[in-house]
Amino acid sequence: MAYKTIIGLEIHSELMTNSKIFCNCTTEFGGDANTHCCPVCLGLPGALPVINKRVVEYGIKTGLAFNSKIARETKMDRKNYFYPDLVKGYQISQDDIPLCSGGFIEIEKEDGPKKIRLRRIHIEEDTGKSLHSEDGGSLLDYNRSGVPLIEIVTEPDMNSPEEAKEFLEKLKATLEYIEVSDVKMEEGSLRCDVNINVVDEETGKKTSISELKNLNSFKAVVKALEYEEKRHIALLKEGKENLKETRRWDEVNNETIVMRIKEGAADYRYFPEPDLIKLEIEEEWIEDIKNNLPELPHDKKERFMKEYDLPEYDAGVLTQSKALAAFYEETVKYSKDPKQVSNWVMGDVLRRINDEELDIKDLKFTPKDLGDLLELIEEGKISNNIGKKVLRDMFDTGKSPNKIVKEKGLIQISDEGALKEIVEKVIEKNEQSVIDYKDGKDRALGFLVGQIMKETRGKANPQLANKLILEIIDEK
Amino acid sequence: MDLINLSATELKRKILNKEISSKEVVECYLNRIEEVEDKIDAFITLNKDEALKAAEEVDRKIQNGEEVGMLSGIPIAIKDNISTKGLKTTCGSKMLENYIPPYDATVIENIRKEDGIIIGKTNMDEFAMGSSTETSYFKTTKNPYDLNKVPGGSSGGSAAAVAACDVPLALGSETGGSIRQPSSFCGVVGIKPTYGLVSRYGVVSYASSLDQVGPFAKNVEDAALLLNVLAGYDKKDSTSISREKVDYTKRLKEDIKGMKIGLPKEYFTEYVDEKVKNQVLEAVEVLKDLGAEVEEISLPHTEYALACYYIIANGEASSNLSRFDGVNFGYRSAEYSNLEELYKNSRSEGFGEEVKRRIMVGTYVLSSGYYDAYYRKAQEVRTLIKNDFDKAFEKYDIILAPTSPILPFNIGEKIDDPLAMYMSDILTVSVNLAGACALSVPCGYVDGLPVGLQIIGNEFEEEKILRLAYNYEKNRGIDMKIPSLRSEENGL
Repeated sequence: MAYKTIIGLEIHSELMTNSKIFCNCTTEFGGDANTHCCPVCLGLPGALPVINKRVVEYGIKTGLAFNSKIARETKMDRKNYFYPDLVKGYQISQDDIPLCSGGFIEIEKEDGPKKIRLRRIHIEEDTGKSLHSEDGGSLLDYNRSGVPLIEIVTEPDMNSPEEAKEFLEKLKATLEYIEVSDVKMEEGSLRCDVNINVVDEETGKKTSISELKNLNSFKAVVKALEYEEKRHIALLKEGKENLKETRRWDEVNNETIVMRIKEGAADYRYFPEPDLIKLEIEEEWIEDIKNNLPELPHDKKERFMKEYDLPEYDAGVLTQSKALAAFYEETVKYSKDPKQVSNWVMGDVLRRINDEELDIKDLKFTPKDLGDLLELIEEGKISNNIGKKVLRDMFDTGKSPNKIVKEKGLIQISDEGALKEIVEKVIEKNEQSVIDYKDGKDRALGFLVGQIMKETRGKANPQLANKLILEIIDEK
Repeated sequence: MDLINLSATELKRKILNKEISSKEVVECYLNRIEEVEDKIDAFITLNKDEALKAAEEVDRKIQNGEEVGMLSGIPIAIKDNISTKGLKTTCGSKMLENYIPPYDATVIENIRKEDGIIIGKTNMDEFAMGSSTETSYFKTTKNPYDLNKVPGGSSGGSAAAVAACDVPLALGSETGGSIRQPSSFCGVVGIKPTYGLVSRYGVVSYASSLDQVGPFAKNVEDAALLLNVLAGYDKKDSTSISREKVDYTKRLKEDIKGMKIGLPKEYFTEYVDEKVKNQVLEAVEVLKDLGAEVEEISLPHTEYALACYYIIANGEASSNLSRFDGVNFGYRSAEYSNLEELYKNSRSEGFGEEVKRRIMVGTYVLSSGYYDAYYRKAQEVRTLIKNDFDKAFEKYDIILAPTSPILPFNIGEKIDDPLAMYMSDILTVSVNLAGACALSVPCGYVDGLPVGLQIIGNEFEEEKILRLAYNYEKNRGIDMKIPSLRSEENGL
């Protein structure tokens, strides 16, 4: 039997404007509870919203990056419902005329790219946060109330948890590239709700849609979807029917739990926000934003392949994040070999960053330092292995590679005269190896080189050592 | 005490001439309030100490020869739905019985900047929903001309305070006639400015697309003076409109020869009390004598205005009043065991009957499945009503009508009959829907009770309606009575 999984996503991403969507309060994350607040974002009687133009700009920017159509005339609407984290009893959002509609994100599949269509992107305000204290009481923090959000809704175009993950990674990279959001799932600046159901392609029977919430990482999205995919298939196999429901991902027990059954759609009594005027968006403004749109991940990848002659894989890894790509390009300026830079950045640099969950912006050394290090290797001043040690030191201390090499005396011995003395000494001590070598045991040569390295604490130029050994043996 | 009979403009002149001090004026009015408040019940909160302090500060400025603001130490009363920092702002509701705003509304900032002295907060229908002040949680204000009668509403406290000489000036707010109708009932001047002329920031919203703050005064010149202080663009209110500042007192005295006036036939129908109608028609004769050209016109969609108004206003109100949920501020029920009960009980106990009625109607008209038939349809009708006015103003400078179809009615007479109460707004709501400006100016008495003449102007033509009103006021030839502060029927 063939089953087809159908997945749609609804993503909320905080926009990183300096101030909130309808007032001048800061959007900074954290801060003591209820300190980033004013009458407007607290919904005090009489306070009125004024839209932050930057939020509209970021919304348009997002739409343009995802090939959406930008509305020339739009408006804000009120979505009415009661909840303690919602100060006014309504959220100012967008209903029937979203800022952006349509568009798509392309994900890479083995058999080529696949388009995931977007339904809409709109702007709205975030709510406050409820904190539940141990004694069962609830506390409310409204620092987040009024922080601008974009809501991105996809068409149900993803057919596996893997595709959903791919999509989210692409989305995240793009939002980060165009600098509208810092897309940190841990801080809640990127939130994702998921809709999933499964169709039995032979019988055409399908399960009812489950909406999944409380997904705090891409990993959680994938795990929850995998769990649900199995659950829905089992339902079909058993011939059982499920209800349309909202389920919560339980990270501890790795399962989804029913939150509520959806009986009919909630009535939010949307109507146009009378405290705000219509938004008329001029073509020139859209053009201006379009012209100032930074290079997007896909374009950058293509350019890396062309400009630096990198394999597709390398270009893909390096353009995953804007910061990494920038780090790479800056390093290349100080090196003659872009592929070599790519090997180091993707290898030792990225490994350390991932292992220690570092932010590339917080590295203690600069791209120039890395470039200098690769030059030292290139020029034969230090070996590749010494280079790796120096890099580790750079991560720890932030000292320049030249300084580290100098302080630790790591300059490779490439002076024939100096190295010859050491080679002669080693050969004297290891006559048996010389005999072995002459008897045709090639391994003996390696042993001798190793001994020279030991003697020089790794500083001997291995090619030169090799050459000198052979010369001396030949003379004998 | 003579001071209480002076106009704001005269008081201003005397204060600036150092004939009297602001403190003397404030003390005098505070005494007057003390004297008559138990009869009128115009105030919810008095701001005695702060008012005296502020007056002393103005006097100090005058003594030092410093520049003094436009209101130069004149006392002013504020409707209790306008946020005053540090001073209770109850909206006439149990819900906000103890609510003290941490900020000033923009109009309050303007008044303070111009050295107006805030003397207290006036009674009103709960959340400005009503036409008589009877829906106030705290008290019913009495009409100074007859204490058995209502002062009108919802800004009844402000209108009665000015009529009873408690203050020379007051602020009210309008959504469907809440300044003009009580002005008419209390025999004072009240202006509903063009939507967008005066900032709504800090004014507790009833219906956002209709609300507008305006002045009450004893005469047209004083009303124009206060409008000067209120009007102006405010970047904190997206619906306020940026335009050049006008001095509304400047052209009052210019004549009105050749001004074209339309009398809409829909405003003189059988719904209008014959005596009221006649009083207004007498005023029309005065204007004709002053050189105005008067013709009958038609505003054909008038009959739909009241229904349209109550759908839009209640729809918006149902959402605007959602924030009063017992969570962050205002009344919270003592009885609840979960969140839903907290909401239900706080709102059931905190709001009065009329407010709950309007929230229910408003919730209904916005509900999915009904939205198109009610709210959307009402918005379409609103456009038609606005078109009526636009068309009329292509040809006419001014539209004239009675302010209220009826005379002040008895306390208790209509409070249990919401539809009868709503009918008293029938001649005022259209102007709010159209966004135009209008004022009410006294045009005589019927059975000892004041009648108001409604002067309606196109958007931002306050200057024109004020000029007409001023010319009328100076020539009306009516002996203006000082209110008796008695119950006329039983002669108390």
